[in-house]
Amino acid sequence: MDFTEEQITRYSRHILLQDVGVEGQEKISNGKVLIVGVGGLGAPVAFYLAAAGVGTIGIIDGDVVDLSNLQRQIIHFTQDVNKPKVLSAKEKIHQLNPDVKVVTYPTLFVADNALDIIKDYDFIVDGTDNFPVKFLINDACVIAGKPFSHGGILRFDGQTLTYVPGAACYRCLFHSPPPPNAVPTCSQAGVLGAVAGMLGTIQAAEALKYLTGVGELLTNRLLSFNAKTMDFRTVGTRPSDKCPVCGSHPTVTQLIDYEQAVCDISNRKKH
Amino acid sequence: MITITVNGNPHEFEASLSLAKLIVLNNIIQPDMVSVQLNGEFVYKADYETIELKDGDEVDFLYFMGGGQ
Repeated sequence: MDFTEEQITRYSRHILLQDVGVEGQEKISNGKVLIVGVGGLGAPVAFYLAAAGVGTIGIIDGDVVDLSNLQRQIIHFTQDVNKPKVLSAKEKIHQLNPDVKVVTYPTLFVADNALDIIKDYDFIVDGTDNFPVKFLINDACVIAGKPFSHGGILRFDGQTLTYVPGAACYRCLFHSPPPPNAVPTCSQAGVLGAVAGMLGTIQAAEALKYLTGVGELLTNRLLSFNAKTMDFRTVGTRPSDKCPVCGSHPTVTQLIDYEQAVCDISNRKKH
Repeated sequence: MITITVNGNPHEFEASLSLAKLIVLNNIIQPDMVSVQLNGEFVYKADYETIELKDGDEVDFLYFMGGGQ
């Protein structure tokens, strides 16, 4: 890839990095990343990946922008209320960086479309707000051999882990979704807006590390933090032989649409 | 006395105790809200009662976090 003078200026702070350079920026510019859910986590991920010049960004989200989203979903503005989130995000990405090709999927990520959508991407980012889809992303990526970043936030806490084939997957640590309503969602319990930004930017950094091959990914480690104390902690883990999807005797061999807690469905537009 | 590391912090106990008891002591009201790792490995809920913790064991309570939007 030959960068124009303008692109060399735009990406100069990446190119200056010894570990990245022109070669690393080329990898970013040729990279294809799918963001599932363009909300609290997906918004900062989309912004940073767009700014970095990721060649193709796919965004999937079936929701429209709600006023209650704007406290943290920084890619959506006041004027975007009631607009489909994928459209609102696409507009901002293009304003930030017209080099980026944006592919929009104004739909839910479900068992029926998951494998077909992820096959076109190098890396997948989980920016969703519910366990059924978090487990679905994990299972689809394990089955298809795709790397992804898991992210979860609640109140003042965040957690993230990166999966690549052969490393521990989300199910190695969390075998199956908790019973509906055992764990509150952000729409029930709230979340500090900046916590979404903290975690989303970590996920964006992982995606860029994966594309460039720089550093060590957050694999076989679960990073958790609490914004009240600003304590960050990584818990080591390893691929579990008993894992229902990546273990030696998998019980999850096809994708599952887990049941969503009833209150989550009725609150969908408020997320 | 035995020492068990819980979420990175060492705790001393008079005697060996079950994982189920440690969950109670840590005031985890709904065990459904956590996934438990013992020395870096996932533990099934059905085994909480029968697992006796030993000196030097490392237990991590990993909280389910489902938010993101």
